[in-house]
Amino acid sequence: MIEFQDVHKSFGANHVLQGVNLKVAKGESMVIIGGSGTGKSVLIKTVLGLLIPESGTILVDGKVGGGADRDAFLARFGMLFQGGALFDSLSVWQNVAFRLMRGALKKPKEEARAIAIEKLRRVGLKEEIADHFPGELSGGMQKRVGLARAIAAEPEIIFFDEPTTGLDPIMSGVINELIREIVVEMGATAMTITHDMSSVRAIADKVAMLHDGRVQWTGPVGEMDSSGDPYLDQFINARAHGPIEAVR
Amino acid sequence: MNPAQQLLAPIGRSTLGLLASIGRVAMFVAQTLSHIFRPPFYLKELLQQLLSIGYFSLPVVGLTTLFTGGALALQIYAGGARFNAESVVPSIVAIGMVRELGPVLAGLMVAGRVAASIAAELGTMKVTEQIDALVTLSTNPIKYLTVPRVVAATLVMPILVAVGDSIGIFGGYLVGTTSLGFNSAAYISNTVDFLQSWDVVSGLIKASAFGFIVAVMGCYHGINSGRGAQGVGKATTNAVVSASVLILAVNFVLTQLFFTQ
Repeated sequence: MIEFQDVHKSFGANHVLQGVNLKVAKGESMVIIGGSGTGKSVLIKTVLGLLIPESGTILVDGKVGGGADRDAFLARFGMLFQGGALFDSLSVWQNVAFRLMRGALKKPKEEARAIAIEKLRRVGLKEEIADHFPGELSGGMQKRVGLARAIAAEPEIIFFDEPTTGLDPIMSGVINELIREIVVEMGATAMTITHDMSSVRAIADKVAMLHDGRVQWTGPVGEMDSSGDPYLDQFINARAHGPIEAVR
Repeated sequence: MNPAQQLLAPIGRSTLGLLASIGRVAMFVAQTLSHIFRPPFYLKELLQQLLSIGYFSLPVVGLTTLFTGGALALQIYAGGARFNAESVVPSIVAIGMVRELGPVLAGLMVAGRVAASIAAELGTMKVTEQIDALVTLSTNPIKYLTVPRVVAATLVMPILVAVGDSIGIFGGYLVGTTSLGFNSAAYISNTVDFLQSWDVVSGLIKASAFGFIVAVMGCYHGINSGRGAQGVGKATTNAVVSASVLILAVNFVLTQLFFTQ
């Protein structure tokens, strides 16, 4: 389980997180929604130690993350980045097998390649692209490779940062389906950040909405439409008028 | 705020900013050094960087030193003629190249080529979240990105400079024997007789220091790059400028250390 307790994070005068409290149960798929700049990505990055909160506690299975064995802690996570964040200088299979070729999870090269190809197949990519470089792939294919990399070491917890941004609706649907299938199949805990309401409905067990640096609403995805929360209503129905100020 | 404070405040802010930058660079260097001898070691990345920094810098260093050696021979000949000392051309070209011009010019050229390329590459990795991705894949960016570049540049720069020195001396030889009327055997004999091993070694030590500076500045500015294309551009410029200035400053310090009795 991941638990955020009164987490604060600022960048200069910009107070992005102002006391976030949230629990994500083991095996649950939590989707974080909210306007741009509300700190959704920051929230995920604080769990991984990519950003350090000024105050508050983040517990993973009841323990504060990292500590002495940071590698072992990070080995529990997989992450799909918004732009894929694939390493340009490495081939597709080397990207997917990156974690399997170094550190505690190191495997022989042939075995790592075989696992990478299996994961590529799992996300609907053919073996032929394994030796291509990321720059030779379309945006959708890069997202799939990023997804394959995120699941390559079969992590317990997977983060998806805007997995469908920049993709056409059909490819978005494919990625949403893949994420849902993989999370269910692996029994992983998932946290997804998205603005895309079709993704929310396809991926989420529970939804949390961030606004003004705090969790404005959280609940099961099925209760989202009848929440009665004016902020959530405005956001999910894409209304320009409401309590959330739309800067024009 | 009174007028005196208004005048002094920007100076104070600049001084604090400069000291903070020096502190950040010092911490970055300490972090890099602390990772050099601790496993895991990324040998494949080190070999790639040796090739990229060393081998691919050979043309630019070779051409720079070739023309500089030739120009130096012409200058020394013209200057020496004022007091009938034309015969010192071979020895001064050799000493000038190995002690000073070889390391400094190679350092500056490599700063332009390598520091810029490292800063642009790492800056782009930063803005496209590739460095964050490394962390999530249990890989320390300093160990994986910085250490191979710093070690490679520190090791390969003396080799580059040794080659550059030889080419520069050859440039002087070409000009000396084809335009200035020197006998080939006498030119070579004068070069070898007057050159001492410390001249060469001191230049190679300088080269190693310059390689370290180039890689550290490229990595530091790249990893701390700002957002977007402008951030990467600024990081690249800062890497080249800071590496070049530091090379010249460190060259002065080392020259004083090595050659002042």
